Order: sequence, then C-alpha cells, then structure tokens
Amino acid sequence: MTQAIEVTGLRKRYRDSEALCGVDLAVPAGTVLGLLGPNGAGKTTTVRVLATLLRPDAGTAKVAGFDVVRSPREVRARIGLAGQYAAVDELLTGAENLVLLGRLLHLGGRGARRRAAELLEQFGLTGAANRPVRTYSGGMRRRLDIASCLVVTPEVLFLDEPTTGLDPASRIELWATVRELVRGGVTLLLTTQYLEEADQLADRVAVIAGGRVIADGTPDELKRKVGGERLEVAVEPRDVPVALAALARFAAEPPVAGEGGRISLKLAGTLDGIASAAAALRSAGVDVTDFALRRPSLDDVFLDLIGRRASG
Amino acid sequence: MVEVLAMTGRRLRQLRRSPGRLLGVTLSPLVSLVVLGYLFRDTISVGGGNYQEYLFAGAAIQVGLAGVGPTAIAVATDLRTGAFDRYRSLPISRVAVPLGHTAGDFLLSLLALGIVVVVGTLLGWHSHTGLVPTLQGFAVVVVFSYVMLWVGVLFGSIMGNLESISSVTQFLVVVLPFFSNAFLPVSSLPALVRPIAEWNPISAVMTLCRDLWGNGAAPVSGSPYLVAGATLLILLAASLAVGVRRFATAG
Repeated sequence: MTQAIEVTGLRKRYRDSEALCGVDLAVPAGTVLGLLGPNGAGKTTTVRVLATLLRPDAGTAKVAGFDVVRSPREVRARIGLAGQYAAVDELLTGAENLVLLGRLLHLGGRGARRRAAELLEQFGLTGAANRPVRTYSGGMRRRLDIASCLVVTPEVLFLDEPTTGLDPASRIELWATVRELVRGGVTLLLTTQYLEEADQLADRVAVIAGGRVIADGTPDELKRKVGGERLEVAVEPRDVPVALAALARFAAEPPVAGEGGRISLKLAGTLDGIASAAAALRSAGVDVTDFALRRPSLDDVFLDLIGRRASG
Repeated sequence: MVEVLAMTGRRLRQLRRSPGRLLGVTLSPLVSLVVLGYLFRDTISVGGGNYQEYLFAGAAIQVGLAGVGPTAIAVATDLRTGAFDRYRSLPISRVAVPLGHTAGDFLLSLLALGIVVVVGTLLGWHSHTGLVPTLQGFAVVVVFSYVMLWVGVLFGSIMGNLESISSVTQFLVVVLPFFSNAFLPVSSLPALVRPIAEWNPISAVMTLCRDLWGNGAAPVSGSPYLVAGATLLILLAASLAVGVRRFATAG
C-alpha cells in the first residue's frame, strides 16, 4: 500500500525546548492515524511541519508523495488543515467564508459559490449559510472549519484536536462527519488528547510524548500490550477466600482481592477460562453478584505508557 | 491576482460589517480640523497663511496615520485565530494575503480622505496652486496612506497583543502629529520639542503637501521632497520585507 504520510527522524527545536526529537510515522493512503498525546507532546508541531507551516530542523517528511520542505506547493495543493482553533472569519457569513476559499483556489466566482453551497448542504449548515460566523455555536464553527478544508478535495487531511472544547453531542456529530470523510477515501491524521476519540476513529494510533512516538499500533494492539483482558468478579465479602482459591487455577497471576468483595484477575486462557471460572465459582458455592470481562481501555494504555516513561 | 482580489473582497466585507472602522479612521482628522481650526484660527498665526488651510495637511496626514491601527489589528487577529495558517496551507501566493489586507484598507483610507477633503473644503481650505501641483499633493498623501498600511502589517505581525497594538497606534494618530508641524509651525513649538518636530519625517511629508497646495507659510527648499521620499521608501521597504517574511515563514 502506498504511504500517504511518511515521516522519518523529524526534529524541531524551539528556543528553549526540543519540541520534536526524532518522530517517525507512516500512514498508508486511505487510513486514519490518531496521534495521541498530552499537551505539549509535539502533536501540533508535527502537524504544522506536515502542513508546510513549519520547517523541521532535521529529518524528512513526505505528504502525498511530496517532500514538505522541497516541494511545499505540491503538498499544499493536496492537503487540508483544520487547526486547533476554528480558523474561520468571524465577520463573514458561513457561505462567504467558503466562497472566499473557492476564489482563492481559482474555482472562479460561480464555481466557488456552487462548491460552497454543496459543502454547506453536506455539513448541515445551509440554514445558517447567510449568518455571520460569530453567531455560530462551537460545533457549527468546527463543521464550517472542516468544510473549509474540503473546498478542493484533499488527499490528506489534518485535523488538530478537532473536538477540543465541544460538548458531547457536537463531538459525536463531528465523529460521524469524520467517518463519512474517511469513507470517501481521504487519508486522515487526527491529533487528540482523548483516547476515546482515537479509539472511535483511528485505524492506527501513535502515542506521542515528549516529542517522541512512544508506542504505535492498532487500538487493539495497544490495549493488548498493556495486558490482556481481566475478569472482574464481585462476591459476598465472606466468600472472598473461597472464591480466590477457586479462581487461582485460571489466573495468569495470583488474583487480587479489592474492597467489598471485588476480585480482579488476569485470565490465563480466554473464552474457555471464562466458562471454567464461572463453573468453578458455582461448584465452590460462592454467591456471585457481578461477573464481567473487562478489556483495558486506551486510557489504561495511555496512563501505563506515560507512567512507564516517567519511572523509566 | 485572483487571489489578491479575493483577499481584498474579504477585507472589504469585513469592513462593511464593522462601520466603526470608518469612524475610527476619520474621527481624529475631523476633530483636528474642526476643533483646532475653529478654536485657534484667530489665536494662531502661521506666518501670513490662514490657519485653517495650514491645518488641512495635518488632518490629511492623520488619515494616513489612522490607517495603521485597523490594518495592524486585522493582521494580528488573523495570525491569532489561525486564519493565516489556513491561507498558508493553501497553494496560493504568500504575498496575496497581506496585499489583500492593505488593498481593502487602502480603499477605506481613500474614502476617509475624501470625507476629510469635503469637510476641509467646507471649512475654507483650498489650494492656491494649479490643478497639477494640487493633485501631486494628494498623490503624496495617498502614497503616505498606503505606506502606513504596510506599517500596520508590520505592527500586526510583530506585536501579538491586540491591546498594545491599539494603544501604540492610537499614540501614532493622536500624539505623533503634535510632535511635528501638523498643527503648529515648528518655529512656534517649545525648544524641547522643536528638534523632534523638525526631524519627524511626517513633518517633511506635510511641508511637501503644503508647498504643493500653496498653503505653506515658509518657502521650502528641495529637502522635504528628499526626506519625505526617502522616509516613505525606507518604511515601505522595511514593512514589506518584514511583513511578507513573517507571513511566509511564521512559526
């Protein structure tokens, strides 16, 4: 598969700090990469380099087959960028914002107006088309911002924290929009602080911290890295010792008893393990009040990785 | 060119949505014309000339100075909101954006200048020279105004803070003319201020205008042409260089 984004050894120093210290990324065409990291990890810097806004100090970056330093114009003709702040003109209406971009991109007056109308329709903004953007809600602004990137359909789209500051309903709406775009075949690099967002949208996730990619893989792979599935059982507190003894056989590590009769254990096998564990508890005469299989969330992955970095 | 026109159109739409901008640009010059002209016309003598006429060049230059603020604020706002980043990520000419900004604001300055000319004429200003020198005088004002817009781009791109921009540019409009020959001939200024006013490049621009309009009291030699021309050229070159560079490489 061809790579839509290829980054090797990217470095960028600001006056007093190293923002990127050797970032490597590869995003196959038509897929979604979630770039996940805390504030100041280097997410935005990476995006700015890839969008030709910032020159890297070292390393190479190719977007849609073109080097961002050597052929920035070629790259610009093939990307769309929605930065952290919705970069739409407050004083203009939604329609005017899009028409302006169409004109800038040489669609001509009529072409620009037609494209603007299509985009407003697609993003559910037709009703607000002729209102100044400063009257828009945060979610509407974001949608207009993303629509602004699509005036000419890009090959690669960068969304820098697209849902930061949105309420949950707008966030889910925006996710749907993004999925729609991805179905249309665009390659997407999405930065986010929200693990759930990466889990929802991304094919692969790269965790970035301190200007370095510290882990990458599919969301499932990352979760597996942190540890397999855990069985969580709640029993009557007085039954805890019996239950622990009954479960010990199926656990990969000794089971741990928590408060109020909660027991958590890492299963040795998978499906078989669950069934046998349930049977063993019943035959030991334990009253089970809750029995659940819990897969680690990306939050666990994230905290685990960041924690390991801090202690290592 | 299409790109510049599109950006100009954007700026004009912005300006139309905020009519306060025109007021902001025309207010100071009109206040100078009306208040100073009316209050002091009998008390201030400018060496034979009519004070109202003398004042007109000062007001015209104030229009130019007043143009610095709106441009600076618009540029700084674009930088802050990420609008510049969006434009910079497009396959368009990097000069188009600041060029569009200044072109839009330039039309605003021209409009403001028109208003000042009308009010000035009503108050008694008129040129004592022929058509050609009069137009030359206006050409000087117009060029001055355009250069000031680029100074605005410069301020906007190096100063991030909107509040400090608006106070610095207010200072330019309101205070700077007092340290020049805008409202009073240099010779009548206190000794402390006189050297500043003499060397103030906007003095040279106004002397030039007054000379071309025949509103000047003192006859002038060739120096204001040189000083005014050189100053404007240097300002334009510096602002262009820094402004465009900033737009092209902003981190």
